[in-house]
Amino acid sequence: MCLAIPAKIVSIDGVIAKVDMMGNERIISIDLVPEVRIGEYVLVHAGFAIGVVDDQSAKETEELLLEVADAYAEGE
Amino acid sequence: MPMPKESNDVLAKAGEYLEEIKRLASEPFTIMEVCGTHTVAIAKNALRDILPPTVRLISGPGCPVCVTDSSDIDRYLYLAAQPNMITVTFGDMIRVPGSKKNLQALKAEGADVRVVYSTQDALEIAHKNPDKDVVFLGVGFETTAPTVAISLEIAQRDGINNFSVLSMHKVVPPVLRLLAEDEQLDVDAFLDPGHVCAIIGTQPIEFMAKEFGKPGVVTGFEALDILEAIVMLLRQREEGRSDIEIQYRRVAKAEGNPYAQTVVKRVFEPVDASWRGMGLIPGSGLGIREEFGPWDAIRKYSLPVFHSPETPGCQCGEVLKGRIYPTQCALFGKRCTPLKPVGPCMVSSEGSCAAYYRYSQRSDD
Ligand code: SF4
Repeated sequence: MCLAIPAKIVSIDGVIAKVDMMGNERIISIDLVPEVRIGEYVLVHAGFAIGVVDDQSAKETEELLLEVADAYAEGE
Repeated sequence: MPMPKESNDVLAKAGEYLEEIKRLASEPFTIMEVCGTHTVAIAKNALRDILPPTVRLISGPGCPVCVTDSSDIDRYLYLAAQPNMITVTFGDMIRVPGSKKNLQALKAEGADVRVVYSTQDALEIAHKNPDKDVVFLGVGFETTAPTVAISLEIAQRDGINNFSVLSMHKVVPPVLRLLAEDEQLDVDAFLDPGHVCAIIGTQPIEFMAKEFGKPGVVTGFEALDILEAIVMLLRQREEGRSDIEIQYRRVAKAEGNPYAQTVVKRVFEPVDASWRGMGLIPGSGLGIREEFGPWDAIRKYSLPVFHSPETPGCQCGEVLKGRIYPTQCALFGKRCTPLKPVGPCMVSSEGSCAAYYRYSQRSDD
């Protein structure tokens, strides 16, 4: 239930953002990460971005993020 | 989207971690994975089967559905059966058995029960049904609580007066303390929950390492994350240290998400909460503050307190405390299966019993 999925911010309109969740477009709330910018990765839980993914360490573990996305796609 | 690097890389890395674990684990080492999402990842990747026998992984109380007390379940079933009510919930709660029935059965009898993905959907339902009462069942840990807090702030700001939340939210540090104080629990170290700590940071769980000498590593949810975290825990033992470290660096920061912490504090206050099989744990729940009273289902409907017995024969409580493996419950896989669950640990997708059942085929291979 604490599952959270990485997604990339595509556009921002107030507290609502369009994200690319590994190929799927989703609308999420960014109330909890007001500092987030377009192009950054966030972690999405229950329709809300709960944290910004650190760019440097995300790159180091990009394959892991992609695997998470695959696992999520399987689970849906 | 770039293609994943060859899975060879991942396998090679996993091999390296396993070698290191074997080298470091000459003596027995027992680790509790606190979070249900970890339990699922461990079962799915059959990690218990590939670790050396000296490294034991046991599951903890980190499934918010599973730790919801029978009395709370009967209480929300009572609420869901009220006339003119739309009950909105995350999917996991639908089949959890109360002492007589579950939400699914109530729905079959005509109650309006709807599953949503987000509290935004719940607010939308309230907006579209102005002549109905909409109640959201707030279940979850620190990861979920901020999203529910935001919905309460929106409801207050926009005057969505037909919306309320029944808060059964729980927080992790007090139950960790209870586990650390449990003399029957034989655990050397903890895999700490990555997404809970992405919100609260590491400070609220430092006491585990400092006061109780139980090292912890905040861990991500891939097989490689978990293996790396086990290496980190074993290294702490080798170096004679007891610290809270972060493996899940791409997401969890030592300070957590301070803004989300503020939102939670604005809306919720600590309350004592009952956990299945563990009883009342002081300060382990989140109650809605008085300022949000009109949106608090407990105040709004003057909800009675229920005293429901735990499901006879079900050992969820022992499973949640890490005292037994799910397979040691006499009902496991016999009277209790995901299709006909007896207890919540078999219902929730993150329940230990469900995870063991679902992936047991694989570990028998
Ligand atoms: S197997 Fe079923 S009855 Fe036994 S502890 Fe798990 S949920 Fe309860």
